[in-house]
Amino acid sequence: MRVNISVNGESMAADDVWEGESLLYVLRERLGLPGAKNACEQGECGSCTVYLDGTPVCACLVAAGQAEGRDVITVEGLAAGGELDEVQRSFVETGAVQCGFCTPGLIVQAHSLIESTPGVPEDAEIREALAGNLCRCTGYEKILDAVRLAATRKHQP
Amino acid sequence: MDFLRPLTWEQALAYKAERPEATPIQGGTDVMVEINLDKGRPAALIDLNPVAELTRWSTAGPEIRVGSGVTYTRLIAELGPLLPGLAQASRTVGSPQIRNRGTVAGNLGAASPAGDAHPPLLASGAIVEAESVRGTRMIPITEFYTGVKRHALEPDELIRAVRIPAATGPQYFSKIGTRNAMVIAVCSFAVALHPGERRVGTGIGSAAPTPRRAAEAEEFVAAELDWEGRSPLDPDVARRFGELVAGAAAPIDDVRGRADYRLHSLAVMARRTLGWAWNDYTGRGPA
Repeated sequence: MRVNISVNGESMAADDVWEGESLLYVLRERLGLPGAKNACEQGECGSCTVYLDGTPVCACLVAAGQAEGRDVITVEGLAAGGELDEVQRSFVETGAVQCGFCTPGLIVQAHSLIESTPGVPEDAEIREALAGNLCRCTGYEKILDAVRLAATRKHQP
Repeated sequence: MDFLRPLTWEQALAYKAERPEATPIQGGTDVMVEINLDKGRPAALIDLNPVAELTRWSTAGPEIRVGSGVTYTRLIAELGPLLPGLAQASRTVGSPQIRNRGTVAGNLGAASPAGDAHPPLLASGAIVEAESVRGTRMIPITEFYTGVKRHALEPDELIRAVRIPAATGPQYFSKIGTRNAMVIAVCSFAVALHPGERRVGTGIGSAAPTPRRAAEAEEFVAAELDWEGRSPLDPDVARRFGELVAGAAAPIDDVRGRADYRLHSLAVMARRTLGWAWNDYTGRGPA
């Protein structure tokens, strides 16, 4: 089947999509957007987190056909005009990236938290927001630093 | 595999009548896992996301009618005061990303004995609004679960909504797992006080082939509680309540926990949640 999706503001069409295929597979293998990562394929790890109509979801659990006519923003879409987003810069600056595999999912989820929180979120809020994103390298401390830094810069420029 | 995309509820029912073997998909948090891991391949998927009416909830007399497309995230944000037990259980579901997509109706469709929504639905006495082209059926929650991952829906039926009595007293949910997020319950328990009827509702999760009530425990404790005088909970009554709840379960040993651990923790959760609820009811504040 053909699936039409707005991805990062651009209308895209994928052909020959299998009916049981996930949005993640369409993004990575058919539309050439490998930012969202494929790891657990069961919603456990958060590596494939993307915005679907403004809400962060696991792209591996969205059937491709369910994305028909909807707006998807991937991690690639956060860096407008090649400039890194504030959340991305903060991850780089605080050393929140080690192997990098979980990073795109964490960036999208952290971006959503910061966009929806007035002020700098409490640690408990950050931990709860990122509870569905697994990282096996960092121990999460630097990731918390990155989120606090990005939120501080956004709300206290 | 076919992908069916009804735009209206009537169209969805027509598809399900034509293709009774088709699997409805809402948030995909169970259905897509099965497909991704090749545990099962449905003949067809019916995507209910485009049916906008399913994403609404409304009050209908003493009941809240929660459309089958209302996500856990929205239930937590919008229905916490009206359905506190279900909202508490919803907060323990997966992660934010999962709660943004998953639904109570999806939990019912999957009918896993470990589903987090089941215990509070049992404790509240919910009703599943099932519909087909043949008509509507109101299925009491106690009659909905028929076996491990099996339910009382006919092949041509879809869940349109879940009708849940608004809370008339304190409600609590408790769940055992290895961490706070992304946990499939080792076992879980919900209690609801219904002071108007001098009744206590219960729900046991992940400790029997289906979610179930602990009827004997409910009757025992409803008769023992001092509803009028609101005197403190007798520790012996609380302990006996826990024993009766554990006695109503029929757990197995599996990868998540042993049967004897489940029985022990159920008794503890039942005793504690009853204490919290009774403290709220009698105005003693958190235990």
